[in-house]
Amino acid sequence: MIEALVFYMFAFITVASGVMVISARNPVHSVLFLILTFFNSAGLFVLLGAEFLAMILVIVYVGAVAVLFLFVVMMLDINFVELRQGFLQYLPLGGVIGLVLLIEIVVALGGMNIDAEAAAGGAAPTPANLTNTEALGQLIYTHYIYLFQAAGLILLVAMIGAIVLTHRRRPGVRRQRIFDQVTRDPKECIELRKIEPGKGI
Amino acid sequence: MAEFWHDYIWPTLWIVIKIVAIILPILVAVAYLTFAERKIIGGMHRRKGPNVVGPFGLLQPLADGLKLFLKETVLPTRANPVVFFIAPMLTFSLALVAWAVIPFGDGLVLADINVGVLYLFAISSLGVYGIMMAGWASNSKYAFLGGLRSAAQMVSYEVSMGFIIITVLLCVGSLNLTEIVNAQKTVWFVIPLLPMAVIFFISTVAETNRHPFDLPEAEAELVGGFNVEYSAMPFALFFLGEYANMILMSGMTTVLFLGGWLPPFDIVPFTWIPGPVWFVLKISFLLFVFIWLRAAFPRYRYDQLMRLGWKVFLPISLAAVVIVGGVVVAFDIQSVLGAKG
Repeated sequence: MIEALVFYMFAFITVASGVMVISARNPVHSVLFLILTFFNSAGLFVLLGAEFLAMILVIVYVGAVAVLFLFVVMMLDINFVELRQGFLQYLPLGGVIGLVLLIEIVVALGGMNIDAEAAAGGAAPTPANLTNTEALGQLIYTHYIYLFQAAGLILLVAMIGAIVLTHRRRPGVRRQRIFDQVTRDPKECIELRKIEPGKGI
Repeated sequence: MAEFWHDYIWPTLWIVIKIVAIILPILVAVAYLTFAERKIIGGMHRRKGPNVVGPFGLLQPLADGLKLFLKETVLPTRANPVVFFIAPMLTFSLALVAWAVIPFGDGLVLADINVGVLYLFAISSLGVYGIMMAGWASNSKYAFLGGLRSAAQMVSYEVSMGFIIITVLLCVGSLNLTEIVNAQKTVWFVIPLLPMAVIFFISTVAETNRHPFDLPEAEAELVGGFNVEYSAMPFALFFLGEYANMILMSGMTTVLFLGGWLPPFDIVPFTWIPGPVWFVLKISFLLFVFIWLRAAFPRYRYDQLMRLGWKVFLPISLAAVVIVGGVVVAFDIQSVLGAKG
């Protein structure tokens, strides 16, 4: 009973804050509601027994991605009235996309319920003697290691590409070179002179 | 009715009792940490520190708390009221909820979950929101700059912290904090992983926005940083949250590197002292280092701070993951430490 109550609490807050993400007037509030959505989905994962996924969701999405997102949104100078004007214009398009996604989920999950063969192709449950961290680790790092490495390489290329595209070396910028500073010899840079009173150098 | 009591009410009550038994000592420790900081820094500056209220000034934290209670809570005009007041509450409660998984002794832990380390890491990475929300909601330039600085700083240092945690996990083979401590029975991880332990500790200093990395509240340039606009109890919550975070981070370092509740040597005079006492002693030592750093070092420049995080700590910890992983596999370390694997 308590589990059901907790589930409905998390589910309700997830959906409600998801709605608030697109309906809040202030973009910063939208991002904060998005964070609340992530957090409650993590709660749902814990209820499913997928505690590793839950923690990774919080660490990656809430702790890193959403921070940068919030960072950017806070610094934007947005005219709120102008922003609201496009809302009705884009509502039909957004509605259609949402509907398509909904139908696809229904087809995929409904197909599993009707057809036993399709259900057999679904994800296997976690083996009983493993925690789900170990189960995930075996899947990613043992069974599908090459695909995982390939995915990692693609991400690395994307990251290097982004750096190459945005990085430019401007001439005439004086940078601090800590190695040079540390390796400087005091004898070459400092000269002690005796200055007599009343005379300059 | 008796069944209802037995199944629902009593377990809830029991958990509440345990939570109170953890939170109360932490709050007292936070109060006296502020006192200890002023006394220790006073000693290092050859001053006396607070010595007027009570014997040796021991009642000073209570007087400070009372003062903050009696002050007026000011809400700046054009501030965002809801976010403005949520921010300090968030900071403070996040500093407390993380204690749920910290093992104080063998079996002395509120929630012995499988992914304890990840939980701690997740909660500590949420701490940045309190500061960012405070900076934004205050609608003030200084507070906003403080919030932005803090966001960039905490995200940067979390990355290398994560990698260092991975090196420890590689040696243990489990994400459970109790098992991490038990794996240190032969030798504390601070010895084989010494460079990592030092980097981890420095990262925790940056993560808690303490000196010499206290750029978010650099009073010389930002007046008071993200909490300029706060007064009375909201300010007190930020203040308590910062100190509770210091204790938490020291606890995390203790569990990961200093052997948690284990005595330094497994022989008689050391084993007489119970585990939780060792745990508290180790935390106190790390807290002393926190305060010592504050007295000893000038504040970092912001670009130097970023350089240290991204160009020094990140490559070193990334390399350490590879090296430690290689050593663990090559010499079968996990079975030596008696961990499951």
